[in-house]
Amino acid sequence: MISVQNVTKKYRGTPRPALDQVSLEIEKGDFVFLVGASGSGKSSLMRLMLREDVPNSGSVHVLGENLVGLPARRVPFFRRKLGVVFQDFRLLPNKTVAQNVAFSLEVIGKSQGFIQEAVPDVLGLVGLSEKADRLPSELSGGEQQRVALARAIVNKPAILLADEPTGNLDPTTSEGIMALINSINLAGTTVVMATHDRSIVDKMQRRVVELSQGQIIRDQVAGGYGARA
Amino acid sequence: MRFGFMFSEVGQGLRRNIAMVVSIILVTFISLTFVGTASLLQLQIGQMKNYWYDRAQVAIYLCTDVSPEATCPRGEASDDVKAQVQERLDSATLTPFIDEYYFEDHDQAFANFQEQFAGNAVAQYVKAEQLNETYWVNLFDPNQSQIITESFTGLSGVEEVRDQRSYLDQIFNILNIASLAAVSIASLMLVSSVLLISTTIRLSAFSRRRELGIMRLVGASNFSIQLPFILEGVVAALLGSLLAAGAVLGLVQFFVQGFLAERLPFTSFVSLSDGMLVVPLLIAAGVVLAAVASGLAIRRYLKI
Repeated sequence: MISVQNVTKKYRGTPRPALDQVSLEIEKGDFVFLVGASGSGKSSLMRLMLREDVPNSGSVHVLGENLVGLPARRVPFFRRKLGVVFQDFRLLPNKTVAQNVAFSLEVIGKSQGFIQEAVPDVLGLVGLSEKADRLPSELSGGEQQRVALARAIVNKPAILLADEPTGNLDPTTSEGIMALINSINLAGTTVVMATHDRSIVDKMQRRVVELSQGQIIRDQVAGGYGARA
Repeated sequence: MRFGFMFSEVGQGLRRNIAMVVSIILVTFISLTFVGTASLLQLQIGQMKNYWYDRAQVAIYLCTDVSPEATCPRGEASDDVKAQVQERLDSATLTPFIDEYYFEDHDQAFANFQEQFAGNAVAQYVKAEQLNETYWVNLFDPNQSQIITESFTGLSGVEEVRDQRSYLDQIFNILNIASLAAVSIASLMLVSSVLLISTTIRLSAFSRRRELGIMRLVGASNFSIQLPFILEGVVAALLGSLLAAGAVLGLVQFFVQGFLAERLPFTSFVSLSDGMLVVPLLIAAGVVLAAVASGLAIRRYLKI
C-alpha cells in the first residue's frame, strides 16, 4: 500500500537531511502513528507520501504508483485516491459546510448527481447533518475538523493522511475526532497520522513509528507514545 | 470540471479584482484601438495607392522664359522642341508603354492654375507665360515612369520630367509614419497590458490561495485549476477588444466617412467593410495576448 525504501530528503540550506535512509512499509488497513519531536521528519515523510515533494534518493511507492517517477500531470489523479486533513482544518470561510465538502468533488469533475448524494451521506457519517448550511466560523474547532474529515473521505480514498489533526483541539474533542478516524480505519481506509498527542497514542495502542533526526528509531506494532518525548 | 461551476469561479474572480479588471479593459481597449487605427491607415494607404498610382501621370515640362538658365539656356521652348518631343513620344520604342498623352499649352495651364488656386493670392500674380507648357503622359504601367524620365531628361528645351507619383509618395510617407507611430504606441501599451494582466492574475491567485491549496490537495487537474484564471484574463481582454473594435468602427463611420469623405470628395476612403476586416484581428489579438499572459502568470504561480 505504502512502501518507502531508503529515502533521503535534504532541504537546501540545512546540513542535516530531514529524512536519512528511511524505510517503511504500511499495509492495507493499517493504522499508523508517526511520532517524534518537531523537526524529526514526520511532515517531510507525509509530504513525500502526498507527492508534494520527491526524495533526493530512495523510492516511494503509494497505491502502486512510483511517486519518484510520476509525471507532474498525473499527480492530481494520484491525489484523488488520498484523503488529507491538517491541524488547521483548511476550510473555505465563505462556503458553508456542505459547500466545502462539495467543492472538493466539484473541482475533480464529479457530477451534480453524485455530489448531491455523497455530501449528505458523508456529513451524516461525521455527525454534522444538522449543520450542513452553517459557515465554518459558526462551528467549534472539533466540528470544523469533522468537516475537514468529511471532505477528505467523501471521495472514498484508500488512504487517509492526517497531519496532527487534533493539534488545535482540547482532549475531549480530540477523543471524538479519534473515534471518527478510528471508524474510518475500521471501514477499510489505511490511516497514517502524525501527532504529538501522547494520550491519544497511548490509548489507541496501534502501530507507532517514531522518528528522530530524520531516522526511524522505533517501529512498534501496538505501542505507546514512548518514554523520550 | 463542470462549466457552470467554472464560470461561477471566473465570475467571482472578476468581481473580487474589479479595479484591476477595469484597468485591463481600459488598457487593452486603448492599445488595440491604436492597433486598429494603424491597420486602417495601412488599408487607406493601399487604397489610395491603387487609386492614385493608376491615375498618376508623367509630366514633361518644357522650358519657359523664366526657367532657370542652367537647364534652359535658350529660353522658351521652340516649336522644333515640341515637334521633337512629340516625335519621340510617337516613336516605336515608346508607344508600347504609353497609353495616351496630351499637350497642355500656356493658356490651358493658366486656366487650370486659376481653377486650382482660386481665391489664393498667387492666382493674381501668375501670368500664363510663366507656366510651363507640358506633355502629360499616361503609362500603361505607372511603375515604368523611368523610361520617360530617361528619354526626355536633358533634352534641350525640356526643363524637367516629373513623375507625379513622387508627390504621392510624400503623402504616403507621412501616412506611413503616422501608422508607425500608432503601432509604436500600441506596442508599448500592449506590453503594459500584458504585464497588467499577469499581475492581476497573480493577485487573483493570491487572494484565492486557500481554494488553490485545497484544489491541489484533492487532486484537481492542473488544467482545471488554471483555466478559470486564464478565462479571467481572457474575459477582461475580450471586453477591452470589443470596446476597441467599437471605437475603430465608430472612427470609420463618423470621422472618416462622416467628416473626411464629405470634405475631400475625390479621395476614396476606408469604409465600414474595411473596418469589419480589422475587428476580428483586434479580438483575436486581445484574446491570444491575454491567454498567453495569464497562462504564463498562473503557471509560474502554481508549481505542483
